[in-house]
Amino acid sequence: MTVQKLAQRNYYGKALAELSRSRGDVVVMDADLASSTKTSEFEKVCPERFVEVGIAEQNMIGVASGLAASGKTVFASTFAVFASGRCWEQIRLSVAYPRLNVKIVSTHCGISVGEDGASHQALEDISLMRSIPNMVVISPSDAYEAFAATKAIAEYDGPVYMRLGRSEFPTVMPMDTEFRIGRATVMREGGDVTLIGTGQLVMSCLEAADALASEGISAEVINMSTIKPLDRETLLESLGRTGCAVTAEEHSVIGGLGSAVSELLCEEMPSPVVKIGTKDTFGESGNPEKLFVKYGLAVPDVIDAAKRSMALKRKG
Amino acid sequence: MGYSSEDLSRIANRLRVHVIEMTSAAGSGHPGGSLSSADLLAVLYFRVMRHDPKSPDWADRDRFILSKGHVAPLLYAALAESGYLPVEELMTLRKMGSRLQGHPVRGKAPGVEMSTGSLGQGLSMSCGIALAGKMDCKDYRVFCLLGDGEMQSGQNWEAAMFASHYRLDNLTAIVDRNRLQITGDTERCMSLGALDEKFRSFGWDVETVNGHDIDALTSALEKRSDGPRAIIMNTIKGKCVSFMENNAGFHGKACNCEETARALKELKEGL
Repeated sequence: MTVQKLAQRNYYGKALAELSRSRGDVVVMDADLASSTKTSEFEKVCPERFVEVGIAEQNMIGVASGLAASGKTVFASTFAVFASGRCWEQIRLSVAYPRLNVKIVSTHCGISVGEDGASHQALEDISLMRSIPNMVVISPSDAYEAFAATKAIAEYDGPVYMRLGRSEFPTVMPMDTEFRIGRATVMREGGDVTLIGTGQLVMSCLEAADALASEGISAEVINMSTIKPLDRETLLESLGRTGCAVTAEEHSVIGGLGSAVSELLCEEMPSPVVKIGTKDTFGESGNPEKLFVKYGLAVPDVIDAAKRSMALKRKG
Repeated sequence: MGYSSEDLSRIANRLRVHVIEMTSAAGSGHPGGSLSSADLLAVLYFRVMRHDPKSPDWADRDRFILSKGHVAPLLYAALAESGYLPVEELMTLRKMGSRLQGHPVRGKAPGVEMSTGSLGQGLSMSCGIALAGKMDCKDYRVFCLLGDGEMQSGQNWEAAMFASHYRLDNLTAIVDRNRLQITGDTERCMSLGALDEKFRSFGWDVETVNGHDIDALTSALEKRSDGPRAIIMNTIKGKCVSFMENNAGFHGKACNCEETARALKELKEGL
C-alpha cells in the first residue's frame, strides 16, 4: 500500500459537498475563512445554504444556534483557536446548554499550523470544549476518518466540536473507514504498553510501535478519535492487558486526551500514563516537523514515553 | 376579539404584580428592568404576535427572544398570563427543580425560545431564527428585546451588521432604554450616545417611542420595513412603583417585605 498524504480539511469540504445533496437541512457557516477551512466546497454547490458571517465568530455561534433552533443542522467553521476560544461562552450558553444541533468544525489545530506561529496554533481547544456539558469532542486521525466523521456527526442530533489539521499528512485508516461517535479503533495489538493517539499523532504512535517491536517491546496502538465521550471499554480492556499507557496529542498536556485518559484510569484502573503533548507552553513559527521535534511530539518522544511508562509500571 | 389599549395597560400592570410577587417570593431576581418592559410584553403577547399557547412549537409562530435574560420573571409572567404556564407556577421562580430558572432556558418551560442571560447574545440568536425563516419561506416575525446597557457588548453590533447584510426584514429589535444598569447611569458607566443613529448607520430602520404608550408601541411594532427594524423604547426602570422608579438599586434586588407590600398596593391601585 502506498502512503497517501492528505489534508483533513479537504475531506471535510468533500463530505460537506456530499451532504449538500443528501441533506436539505444542512446549513454551513464560516467567518471569512471558507477557502482555508474548505467550507467553500459546500458554498460552490449550495450557495443558498451557505452563510458567511465575516470576521465575527461570536455572532456566528449565536446565528448558528438560532438556525438550529429552527430545525437546521448547522456546521460552523473557522480556525481552531477562534472556534474554541473566541466564542467559548457563546458555545456554552447558546449551543451546548440547550443541546442544539450545531457542529463546530475547526481546522488549523495544533502546532502543525507551523509558520503562522503561536497566535494561530490551537493547543487548548480540546480542553476548552471537553469541559462543556453536552459537548461531543472529535479529533480524527486522518483525512479519511475526517470524511467519515463529518458524515457521522451530521446524523447525530446535538452539539459537536471536531478539530482538523491544516497540513497534508499520511493516512492511517482505510479509505472507506466507518466512524462511530465514541468508538476507538485498535490499530495494532500488543501486550506491553498501550499507545493512545489522537489526530495526527496516531501515525506517530504506529511508527513508534514499529520501532519498539524491533527492540522486542509489544505496543498496542489505539486511535482515540472521539475524546468525549471516551471509549472506556476499549481503554480498560487494553490497559487490563498492558498495565501502562502513553497518550499522544498535538495539544497541551493540560486538559486534552492525556487528561481524559488519566481521569478515567485513576478512578477505574490506576496505571502509569505518560503524556505526549505540549508542556504548558505556546508554540512558535517554524517548519511543522522541526516544531514537532522541539516541542516533544516526534516519534522518538513517543518511544521514550513508552519505555518510561513501562518502567513506572515495573516500579508499581 | 382584540384587546383595547386600556385592557393592555391593565394586563401590563398584572404582569408587574406577578414580577414583584415572584421576585419577592424568590428573595432575588431583577424587578427593575422587568417593570420597564412590562407594557411591551403586554402589547407583544396580547396584540402583535401571532402565537398559540396550546402549540408552543407551531412552526409559523412569531418568536420572542429575551436577550436581556435577567428579566425572566416578566417573560414567565407574560407566558403564564397567555396560557403557556399555570399562573400558580410563577411562584416557583428560582427554586430548585423549577422550570422557571433564574434566567430563561430553552426546553424547560413552554414558550421560552432560547437560553439567554449572558448579555449580548440574543440578537445573534434572533438573526439565526430570522434567517431560517427566510430560507424556509416562512412569514413569521422575530422580536428581540435587549437592555440598553447590553448594547455595550460588541456581539450586538456584529449581529446588527449581519441583520442588515442579509436584509432580515422579519426581525425587530427593541431596546429598553431605561438608562440604568447595575452600576448606575448608562452614560456614566459607558456612554451609549445616540443608539438610534448607531443602528441607522448599520443599515437598520429605526424608530424611537415611549415604551409605556400602548398605542405608540403597537404602531411601531406593527410597522414593517424592507430590512431589520430597531425600536428604541424610552422607559422608566421600575415603572409604576414610585420608590423603584429610576432606582438602579432595584436592578438585581428583590423588594423586602415592607417594600413588597407597598409596591403591590401601588400596583393594585393602578389596576
